Amino acid sequence: MNTFLQSRWGVLAGFAAGAVLLLVAAPAALSAFNLALLGKFICFAIVAVGIGLAWGRGGMLTLGQGVFFGLGAYIMAMHLKLADASLFGGSGVPDFMSLYGSGEVPGWWEPFRSPAVTLAAVVLVPGLVALLLGLAVFKRRVKGAYFAILSQALAAAFAVFLIGQQATTGGSNGLSGFRSFFGFDLKDPANKLMLYSIAAVVLLLALAAARQLMHSRFGELLVAVRDQEERVRFLGYDPATIKTVTYVIAAVVAGIAGALFVPIVGIISPADVGVIPSIAFLIGVAIGGRATLLGPVLGALSVAIAQTSLASTFPSFWVYFQGLLFVLVIGFMPGGLASLPRIAARLKQRGAGHSNARQGSPGRRRTAPAPVPAAASTPAASTIPEEASR
Amino acid sequence: MELLIGQMFAGLSLGSVLLLAALGLSLTFGQMGVINMAHGEFMMAGAYTAFVVQRSISDAGVSLLVSIPVGFLVGGLLGLVLEAVLLRRMYHRPLDTLLVTFGVALILQQAARDIFGAPSVDVRAPAWLQGNIELLGAPIPLTRLFILLLSLVCLAGLVLILRATPLGRRIRAVVLNRDLAETSGISTRRTDQLTFFIGSGLAGVAGVAVTLIGSTGPYLGTNYIVDAFLVVVAGGVGQIKGAVIAAFALGVLQSVFEFSTTASIGKVLILVLIVVFLQLRPQGIFSLKTRSLA
Repeated sequence: MNTFLQSRWGVLAGFAAGAVLLLVAAPAALSAFNLALLGKFICFAIVAVGIGLAWGRGGMLTLGQGVFFGLGAYIMAMHLKLADASLFGGSGVPDFMSLYGSGEVPGWWEPFRSPAVTLAAVVLVPGLVALLLGLAVFKRRVKGAYFAILSQALAAAFAVFLIGQQATTGGSNGLSGFRSFFGFDLKDPANKLMLYSIAAVVLLLALAAARQLMHSRFGELLVAVRDQEERVRFLGYDPATIKTVTYVIAAVVAGIAGALFVPIVGIISPADVGVIPSIAFLIGVAIGGRATLLGPVLGALSVAIAQTSLASTFPSFWVYFQGLLFVLVIGFMPGGLASLPRIAARLKQRGAGHSNARQGSPGRRRTAPAPVPAAASTPAASTIPEEASR
Repeated sequence: MELLIGQMFAGLSLGSVLLLAALGLSLTFGQMGVINMAHGEFMMAGAYTAFVVQRSISDAGVSLLVSIPVGFLVGGLLGLVLEAVLLRRMYHRPLDTLLVTFGVALILQQAARDIFGAPSVDVRAPAWLQGNIELLGAPIPLTRLFILLLSLVCLAGLVLILRATPLGRRIRAVVLNRDLAETSGISTRRTDQLTFFIGSGLAGVAGVAVTLIGSTGPYLGTNYIVDAFLVVVAGGVGQIKGAVIAAFALGVLQSVFEFSTTASIGKVLILVLIVVFLQLRPQGIFSLKTRSLA
C-alpha cells in the first residue's frame, strides 16, 4: 500500500482521486458553510506544500511562514477594502480608516487599488522578502537553529508591526468585512463556490509543481543539501542558491494561500500570522510526513479538521492535544504517519540486522526508478557556477 | 542629560531582563544544542511561583526573597523533567527539539490557564522597592535597579560555577567536545542533567524578577522567548560573555529605537540590525572554535 502510494502511478492515481474529491464530491456533499471551512483548510494545506519543500526536503525549519501568508493576505485585503470603498462607499476610503485614522488612504495603500498590481504583488512581495532574507542568511552560511530563530523573530516583528499600525492596518482587529471580490458579490453562493474551486485548483497545481520539483535535478540537489551540505558544495554547486530558491518558492506559495484565505474566511488579523500560527502550520506537515509529497497536505487538512471539530467544544483539551501531538510526532515519529508502514516493517524484521534509517532525516528519497540524472556526472549548463570559496 | 541617563537606564534595565532570560537559555543551548522553546514557560512558572509564595507569606519583602530560590527550584525541576523525558533522546536533532519543546510550551501555557485562570495576576513589590532614586537628576525606579543587580548576581554565580567548580569544568568540557569528555570519564548524562537544572532554574529566577515590572499571565513566556533567542544568536551559542554583551546592546538599542520611532518600528529595526550583524559575524559575537559543534 505504502509503496504503491509513493510510486509514480500511485501518485498520479491519488492526484486524480484528490481532484475529483475536491472539485466534484466535496461541493456536492457539503453545505455552503462546510465548503467554506474546507476552503479555509485548503489554504492551510497550500502553505503546507511549501513547508514540505523547504523543511521536509530542504531541511530548512521555517518558523516564519505566517509572515508570507500574512503578506499575501494583507495585500489582498487592502485591495478588497479599497475596491469595496469605491464600489459601496463612494469616498474610496475604507471604513475603519475614517474611524481610527486621518480619513485618508495612506500612500502605500494606493498601488493596491489596481487588481493587476494586487495580483502581481501577492506573488512578488512575499517572494522578494524571502529572497532578501534567504540571500542574507544562506549566503553567509547561517543555518539550522540560527535560521529557525531568525525566521521566528521575523514573524514576531511582523505581528508587532501590524498591531502598532492601527490607523493603516486595522491593528489587532485586522481587516475584515469584505463585500466583493474583483467585482463578484461575496454573499452569492455561486461566487463562494467559485472561490472554493479556485483554492482547490491552486492546491492541486501546487502539488503538481512540488512533485515536478522533487523529481527534478533541483529536487535531488535540495535533498543532498539537506543531508550533506558540504559535499554538495565540493561538487561545485552553491547550496545557498538552492536553499534560497526553495525558500522563495515556499514563501510565494504561502503568499498565494494567504490571498485566497482573505475572501474565503473574510478576515485577516495579526492573530493569524504571528509566532504561534506560524509554528502551528508545521504540525500538520510533521504529522503527515514532512518529506513526502502528500503527507504535508493530508496532515494539514486533518489537523485543521480536528481543530475545528474539537476546539469549539473543548478549547482547553485541544491545546493539550496539540501540544502532545508536537511532542509525540516530532519526538518519536519524525517521519510522520507516512513512516508508519516503514516502522512496522522494521519492527517485523528486527534482529535481521537491517537498520539503516537515520534519525533526523526522515523520509525516503524515492522508490520508483524515476529519471535520475547521475548526480556526480558533468554539471549541466543550467547548474550554478562554482562559488569562490570563502 | 536627564533624558539621556533615563534612556540609558531604561535600556540597561531591559538588557538585564533579557540577560536573565537568555543566560539559562544560552547554557542549555550550548550544552546539548537543544533549542528550548519552553524556556519562556519556565519563566512563567517562576513568576507564578512568586505569586503563590506571596499568597502564603503576606510580607512582600520576605516573599520576594523566598521566591527567588523557590523559583529557581521550580524552573530547575521542570528542566530536569523535560531533559529526562524528552531531550536526552534527541540531541542530534536540534531543530526537532525546538518543535518538541514548543509542544511542551503549549501544554504548560494551557495548564497555567487552567490552574490560575486566563486573566493576569499581580505580585506586590515590597515597600523597600517602591519609588525611585535620583541619578544625576534622572529618576531610577528601584525595582529596575533590583533586577539589574539580580541579573549581575546570577551572572557572577554562573561564571563562578563554570570557572571554579568541578561541575563547571565538566560542563565546559561537554560543551567543547562531548565525545572526548565522555571518553575522559565524565558522565555526560549527569552533566546534562545538572546543566539543565541550572539553566532552567535561571529561567525561574528571571520569572520571579519580571513580576516586579509587570503582571503575570499564561503568555508571559512568549513575550520574552523570541528576544531571548535573539540574544543567544547574536551573542554566539553557548557564550556567556557574548550573551552579556548582546543582551545589554539589544536592550539599549531597543530603548533608543523605541524612543526615536515607535515600539513596533523599533522591534523591526532590531531584527534588521541582527540580520545585518550576522552578515558580518555569522556565528555571533563569540564563537566556539571546535569541531564538535558543526
